[in-house]
Amino acid sequence: MIRLEPRPAHSPIMTWASPLLAVGLTLITGMVIFAALGHDPLISLEAFFIAPLSDVFGLTELVVKATPLVLIGVGLSIGFRANVWNIGAEGQFTMGAIAGGGLALLFYEVDSVFLLPAMALAGILGGMAWAAIPAWLKTRFNANEILTSLMLTYVAQLTLSWLVHGPWRSPEGYNFPETRLFHDAALMPILVEGSRLHLGALVALAVVAAGWLVMGRSVIGFQLRVVGAAPRAAVYAGFNAKALVWCAMLIGGGLAGLAGLFEVAGPIGQLLPNISPGYGFTAIIVAFLGRLNPVGVLFAGLLLALTYLGGEVAQIRIGMPAAVTGIFQGILLFYLLACDVLILYRVRLGRARARA
Amino acid sequence: MSDDLAWVVPVVLTVVGSSTPLLLAAMGELVTEKSGVLNLGVEGMMLIGAVTAFAATLASGSHAIGIVAGAAGGAAAALVFAVLTLTLLSNQVATGLALTIFGIGLSALVGRDLVGVALAPLPKLAIPGLSDIPVLGALLFGHDILVYLSFVMVALVAFFLYRTRLGLVLRAVGDQHDAAHAIGYPVIAIRYLATLFGGAMSGLAGAYMSLAYTPMWAENMTAGRGWIALALVVFATWRPARVLVGAYLFGGITILQLNVQGMGIAIPSQMMSMLPYLATIVVLVAISRDRAKIRLNAPACIGKPFHPAG
Repeated sequence: MIRLEPRPAHSPIMTWASPLLAVGLTLITGMVIFAALGHDPLISLEAFFIAPLSDVFGLTELVVKATPLVLIGVGLSIGFRANVWNIGAEGQFTMGAIAGGGLALLFYEVDSVFLLPAMALAGILGGMAWAAIPAWLKTRFNANEILTSLMLTYVAQLTLSWLVHGPWRSPEGYNFPETRLFHDAALMPILVEGSRLHLGALVALAVVAAGWLVMGRSVIGFQLRVVGAAPRAAVYAGFNAKALVWCAMLIGGGLAGLAGLFEVAGPIGQLLPNISPGYGFTAIIVAFLGRLNPVGVLFAGLLLALTYLGGEVAQIRIGMPAAVTGIFQGILLFYLLACDVLILYRVRLGRARARA
Repeated sequence: MSDDLAWVVPVVLTVVGSSTPLLLAAMGELVTEKSGVLNLGVEGMMLIGAVTAFAATLASGSHAIGIVAGAAGGAAAALVFAVLTLTLLSNQVATGLALTIFGIGLSALVGRDLVGVALAPLPKLAIPGLSDIPVLGALLFGHDILVYLSFVMVALVAFFLYRTRLGLVLRAVGDQHDAAHAIGYPVIAIRYLATLFGGAMSGLAGAYMSLAYTPMWAENMTAGRGWIALALVVFATWRPARVLVGAYLFGGITILQLNVQGMGIAIPSQMMSMLPYLATIVVLVAISRDRAKIRLNAPACIGKPFHPAG
């Protein structure tokens, strides 16, 4: 008989051992799935997790994919710490891309060094505006932010689809649903010649550092942590709960919007109906795997980026279905949540002993 | 007279078609939530149900086997959620999200060879005599088995929750798990059953999508209906009869959108497609603004883990 015995205090070792354990279990399960699909497990694993990293191009692609995950993940982890469940980051990402990309199209002929910063600002504001809706509905009307932010994701994606099929469609695009390619002044500077690695990666690093400072060293970060860990204590301390919800939502939305702008001004270079392979949702896993800690999010973002990259490589090299990436991500989060029980509980075998 | 009203029939039938999956999934989630468990994985369970039902029907040639397989698929997905949240005490919100991400991926993988495959739609059950009545016969007695089942489930769930002893225990577990445990009710076992029931109903909702509504399999074919079903439960303030009203309200909005497009009114199709999502937000706000009402009706222990020693 297996039972759980509460620990007197939560285990700091397990807090960080749990993600490693979860990754290990996911790899083992992955091998079983590969075998079930009729692929050699070891060759598949190599194709999925090692081959993508064997050259410089692969490494730069990893960072390209990790950039949006880390940016969004840092924002979400701040919100989740405060028990604000913004799961509509995908929509905020899309709105940031629309706002910033729209600016690039508006000033299509303008060649100015200020264009890209203005687009980044527009991206942040677009994401913030989209996150402000659930924040307002939550603080003013008590509406569940999980459902409202998710519904707004569909609305954002349909808005993007309408724009690129309709008013923003490229006049030179042979009726394809896409906007014009952004001009050079509206594209992210490339860091490594011949790759897609762009300036956004450095911004993401700076955001990790800033997130760590805010959460660990600032009053607002302290308040956000308290309101999440002990809501009543926060009330007694006189923290403004509504302001904290706003704060968490706007940080999350702004960073997701910035990530969206980086994506369309970086690797994509124009607006398309589909600009994200689910970065906004995967970033939820990134936030949890990174222990809701900005530095942890950095590593988790790189790992989850590898599942995207590995999925692409395995698809080309051994004909692995693309859906395997999603399964890996889901299983990883399952294992992580299961292993997290070890932070608060000990697993004991045998029946409970009567305590003296 | 019956000819004048004949146009009603196809409209009503399409409304029924878009409402039934919402109704099935929301009724299941209602029971789950009444026991104090918040399972946000409805979308994932629906997709798993949809693909298993489609694959099983294709393989066996029997819709009945397909429907049962769909329910079993949904329940199996719910079992994963239940083990994690009820036995391993994981965070229910995060686990539900994981179930949705996993369900989207798994159903896409399982169904990758089923895309574009045609299947005979779930037959309408004709009731001799009654179904032949002009207009009314088609409206009331011209549906498939899952439509009838969705209505039967509303009555059954309402009866179970408010007229049976076990229903009372389930509500007690959802409202006061410590007290229910102290009296000696098996809190975890009841929550397991309620979660599995919710999963089976989501699976049926998915089966309806892939066997009757479209009928075919496509990746991500539920398009957010699982999330709308979750919102419906709040909209209905956890009352079965109101879930019925809400499901048909939303089904109606979806069809309104299709009909407006069909009439050639110059509104971009994407704008019309936003309607169900925007409507979900509007009704959620309308209901949630009355905090007292939510507090009175929501299961008090919803989303809270239970550990007998803690």
